[in-house]
Amino acid sequence: MNLSVDIAGVTMKNPVTTGSGTFGSGEEYSEFLDLAALGAVTTKGVANVPWPGNPTPRVAEVYGGMLNAIGLQNPGIDVMIERDLPMLQEAGATVIVNVCGKSEKDYVEVVERLADQPVDLLEINVSCPNVKEGGIAFGQDPKALYEITKAVKAKAKQPIIMKLSPNVTDITEMARAAVDAGSDALSLINTLTGMKIDIEKRDFVLANKTGGMSGPAVKPVALRMVYQVANAVDVPIIGMGGITTAEDALEFIMAGATAVSVGTANFINPTATVDVIEGIKAYMERRQIEDIQELIGCVK
Amino acid sequence: MGKKQQTAKIVSQTMLADGIFDMELQAEEIAAQAKPGQFISVYVNDKSKILPRPISICGIDAEKGILRIVYRIAGEGTKQMSSYQKGDSVKILGPLGNGFTMKKDRAILIGGGIGIPPMLELAKQLDGPKSIVLGYRDSEMFLKDEFEAYGDVFVSTEDGSVGTKGNVIDAIKEQGAEGNVIYACGPTPMLKGIQAYAAENGIEAQISLEERMACGIGACLACVCQSKEADEHSHVCSKRVCKDGPVFDAREVVL
Repeated sequence: MNLSVDIAGVTMKNPVTTGSGTFGSGEEYSEFLDLAALGAVTTKGVANVPWPGNPTPRVAEVYGGMLNAIGLQNPGIDVMIERDLPMLQEAGATVIVNVCGKSEKDYVEVVERLADQPVDLLEINVSCPNVKEGGIAFGQDPKALYEITKAVKAKAKQPIIMKLSPNVTDITEMARAAVDAGSDALSLINTLTGMKIDIEKRDFVLANKTGGMSGPAVKPVALRMVYQVANAVDVPIIGMGGITTAEDALEFIMAGATAVSVGTANFINPTATVDVIEGIKAYMERRQIEDIQELIGCVK
Repeated sequence: MGKKQQTAKIVSQTMLADGIFDMELQAEEIAAQAKPGQFISVYVNDKSKILPRPISICGIDAEKGILRIVYRIAGEGTKQMSSYQKGDSVKILGPLGNGFTMKKDRAILIGGGIGIPPMLELAKQLDGPKSIVLGYRDSEMFLKDEFEAYGDVFVSTEDGSVGTKGNVIDAIKEQGAEGNVIYACGPTPMLKGIQAYAAENGIEAQISLEERMACGIGACLACVCQSKEADEHSHVCSKRVCKDGPVFDAREVVL
């Protein structure tokens, strides 16, 4: 049985990776699973310098999901290179580094620093709803997205995956802009901007007022967007948004995703990723499917 | 061995006071490793509530493999937990966090409100003389009797119905509790008061913090607190309550 998939020339041994920001560097989860068993580890977003993130509370539970406004707290690229990447290499993991920045210069700096590092793919975060500068500002305007993609692609040694925001009117327009500018693959969706109010305190629950919604409740929206984008562009897609089980993952694959990310589900179950992989295998055995390629985009 | 996610059978559940529940769980592997001051994540059975509830460990019986948690109904999730019966099962993850560092010095253990439960296992395991200061809202003094087996108990109540009227610091001053190291868990204003008291008196204070969590294992960076110096892991002034804590030296955090 073949579970391996190809993302821009990089082989993932199975189609399951992790949603950036839900899995740290992978270190904390290595206590529960073998990082090399995953198709890839997608790291938490890293910037050129350490970022302090937002004030707390940073998370809130909502029906069937959660809101987060972490604000991309990260220790910066130096620490990732010294500490996290050697750990992932030692573990034998395929590595997708998520890159964030406040300006084009920031993104390019991180990408250049990663050129000679043991990194397989670069995921460019232009869709974080929780930071004031950069982040989503690049991801909601097709011209800005085109420009940042072009600038990053020009300097990147590894293939790039632009991560798209669902907080747009037409996600296919954004997908086309990224692909026209040279994005080798796409990942979607980032979180949906949401809000929660504490009626007793008459105040926002999150210190940031708004946060990105994720979890099982966003899955139908994410699935629809993955299907639309898969039918609009000709690059591989990493689909994500509320994937908790193998059945969820298979829906995304059938909608056209070459690979999938398990994100918020890691908080519900630290072994969610490997459970999804095992579930995909079991489905393929039961349905006598030899190659996962047969399933990718099979629902038209 | 390490952190473990498992389905645990509920051995017993009783109400201790208004909105305060006492649950015992059969969880051998977690009980075998747990230390005072650590916590577990409890996943409610209602799948619309996706995040685990972090609950401090109140009692550890490694021999029988039983963990005891005493928690307050703080929202819908804990309300559902309070309806679970003996024989029901619940998914848990633990043991989580660092726990208290037990010293030999004369100790003051301080618990305020729902910060009282984790002090019970500490009181049981901590060697040497100790004063135990418990802050309650009113005369519903859950767990107080159990603490009396381990040291001198001093009480403060907000309404003044028992002990010193006021907070735990008022009780320490009025009733003369003495020690060279403080272990404390409770609401942030209380911990802030303890931080100042420890600094004034030049004594060590280990304080257990609370913050909204998601993963519970140090990956998501939801439950951070502010640290005085740049933290070794984050490289910013931010420490993870779930992993670097929940117990911190009062001198290293800004409340």
